[in-house]
Amino acid sequence: MVMFWVALLAISILIYLLLDGFDLGVGMLFGLADGEARREEMLRTIAPVWDGNETWLVVAGVIMWGAFPVVYAMLMPAFYIPVVVMLLGLILRGVAFEFRGKASRSRRIWDVSFTVGSFAASFMQGVMVGALVEGLQFSNGEYVGGTFGWLTGFSVLCGIGLCFGYALLGACWLVRKCEGPIRDATRRQIPLLAVAVLAFLVVVFTHALVEQLPILRRWIERPYLFVFPLIGAGAAAMLATSILRHDDYWPFHMVALIFASAFGTLALSFWPYMIPFVVTIEEAAAPHASLAFMFWGAGLFVFPLMLLYVAVGYRVFRGKTAAAADHY
Amino acid sequence: MDPTALLLSRLQFAFTISFHIIFPAFTIGLAAWLTVLEAMHQYSGRPVYRTLFEFWLKIFGVAFGMGVVSGVVMAFQFGTNWSVLSKMSGPIQGPLLSYETFTAFMLEAGFFGILIFGRPRVPAWFYLFSTAMVALGTTLSAFWIMVNNSWMQVPTGYVLQNGQFVPDDWAQIIFNRVVWVRFPHMLLASYLTGAFCVAATGAWYLLRRTYRAEAHVMLRMGLALAAVLLPVQLFIGHLVGDYVHDYQPAKFAAIEARWHDEQPASEVLIAIPDSTTESNRYALSIPVLGSIIGSMSLTSKEVGLTSFAPQDRPPVAIPFFAFRIMVGCGFVMLGLAWLGTWLGLKHRLERSRLLLWGIFLSFPLPWIAILTGWYTAEVGRQPWTVYGVLRTADAVTPSLTAAAATASLILFVAVYAFIFSFGTYYIYRLLRAGPAGLGGKPLHVPVPNRPMSLADQVPASHSYLEAGE
Repeated sequence: MVMFWVALLAISILIYLLLDGFDLGVGMLFGLADGEARREEMLRTIAPVWDGNETWLVVAGVIMWGAFPVVYAMLMPAFYIPVVVMLLGLILRGVAFEFRGKASRSRRIWDVSFTVGSFAASFMQGVMVGALVEGLQFSNGEYVGGTFGWLTGFSVLCGIGLCFGYALLGACWLVRKCEGPIRDATRRQIPLLAVAVLAFLVVVFTHALVEQLPILRRWIERPYLFVFPLIGAGAAAMLATSILRHDDYWPFHMVALIFASAFGTLALSFWPYMIPFVVTIEEAAAPHASLAFMFWGAGLFVFPLMLLYVAVGYRVFRGKTAAAADHY
Repeated sequence: MDPTALLLSRLQFAFTISFHIIFPAFTIGLAAWLTVLEAMHQYSGRPVYRTLFEFWLKIFGVAFGMGVVSGVVMAFQFGTNWSVLSKMSGPIQGPLLSYETFTAFMLEAGFFGILIFGRPRVPAWFYLFSTAMVALGTTLSAFWIMVNNSWMQVPTGYVLQNGQFVPDDWAQIIFNRVVWVRFPHMLLASYLTGAFCVAATGAWYLLRRTYRAEAHVMLRMGLALAAVLLPVQLFIGHLVGDYVHDYQPAKFAAIEARWHDEQPASEVLIAIPDSTTESNRYALSIPVLGSIIGSMSLTSKEVGLTSFAPQDRPPVAIPFFAFRIMVGCGFVMLGLAWLGTWLGLKHRLERSRLLLWGIFLSFPLPWIAILTGWYTAEVGRQPWTVYGVLRTADAVTPSLTAAAATASLILFVAVYAFIFSFGTYYIYRLLRAGPAGLGGKPLHVPVPNRPMSLADQVPASHSYLEAGE
């Protein structure tokens, strides 16, 4: 039962990273695009799906609360400021979808709030992952690290890194969904973004070596974990060749694979901890009565249904986005 | 625990939840109304239903978007500001909110995209199905939230183990009497909000002598629904009062501003409660009525606030006045709905300008009733977060500082004020422009799975947008 909910939590976070990752990424690239026609086209590639994508964040959040309340009650206070900023960022970018089309003179406001909101949410998510890897101060099941305990050079670096990662994912999504000038312009951004992501990974790795972060020791203890970075490296090579061949379809999937392998590396190197070296999965788990109640309805039946809604949604809006307006 | 951080966290929760409820209260009813319109259009083929559908869908989109983004905040705020509550009640509230997210949010989110963008891409029956699924999602969401909140009002089906509320009877948690009066109360409140907004829009158009055909449909449907639902709502509201009387006597006494035990009890209609002297000033009360309302008896003894220790009493003024405002709104709406329906049946409604003004100006009433109803329930629950077991002062995040709580409260107020003013302005502009540019014209021929076949819809939606600007 506990393992089932760990797996579902991991799957939900991964789905969130991939789905909201590309649409936050498109949000950040949106700020670089000029011309109303291009911006509208970029927005149209994500407008029908963004709401569902963001919902996976709530899915991950409530699984954590329901199945691992101890961890939820420890991490949310530790990340008070990052969570609030992330939520406000998501609010500003979320309303922009609907408001932009209704605005006339005020459209510029929503363009800015869309980009800034996407950036703030992405950055704070990266910061939280970084702070979790680096370690936070807890005592007796309570956070004691102070209001800015999460703010370190490493966590900021992770924030910037995740922004580049999401932007890369978003760029590949645009290449997949668009045609003409917007695709060509975005395709030129991909090598730059990919190099930035690579550089970030190298810097993080070096930083970890220098600082002797506890997580790194666990990688060395478990050499089989290196299969994930290897998959990532393979995907990076495939990404490079597919970009050189001007392929529209594969880059997105290769970047998604890089994300999945990075996430797998991280998740497995945490094992068996949920908060590294503080709380294990078993210690964090809710009572059996809670896990079983969630399992026999939400987990076993509704979760597959949710995947089905997502599949139906993406199938209805599959293929290149038409140049003509659907709605706006 | 920092007392300033506690106060700020309470203010922040009250502010963000009050802001949030405005939108679901509207969209739950509106989603159901859209489903009815789409079904009637597909059944009867009358273009007026399609025009109204497209028109209200635009407004639904804006309101739904604001509901979604302000709702995401709620899922995380329990953890950030109320970590002790999160840890203790996580085994019960966490699974309930998981069910909400799994059964409702994903359903809404998945089919909302199809509702807004998907009409040209899916068959007509599937479009109607998607509309119904969005409506079902909003209703399920309300259900799980009411289960959750009802458990905090009347905790049941649990045992306290290792500092956590451990569920031992889920059927009791979900299928208890409290849930099944409070959920219909909230659902009907949402339908009434939708009905009054639709009717008010219709009245506004008739007053402006524009969109006469659409205005008549809106007025007729909105008022008729409200005329039927309001008596039911008043009755269910009475049942909600019964659960408060039985399970939360201190809250009940606060709502009634009853300071001392009385037998038989009088009913205070209006007064200014004074907690320093533990009495009411300028009270207007009716003898015996308090016993009738509380216990359906002429002789029953009703409990007063002084029977509870001072630290266990809720504030009195807010539940007392909020409850009276809610009931007052209910009766005003009842009068408007019945009078409007009656005059509508006699075909005299269009000439009754005064009543049309009344209906038009009544659109905030359902929201005021919902907010004051929630203030009665939540403030009346104090000083408890989980009634009788966990005090609000003990539930707050221990590590939270006043500085961090101030910063987050200021940020929430600033961002919410910003998006609220623009959101309501855009909705106002859509309503003012009306269903222009859509009337009667066939908008498109649905061609499933052919994403490129949209060209014929473009002029219609563009002219519509321009009309909105």
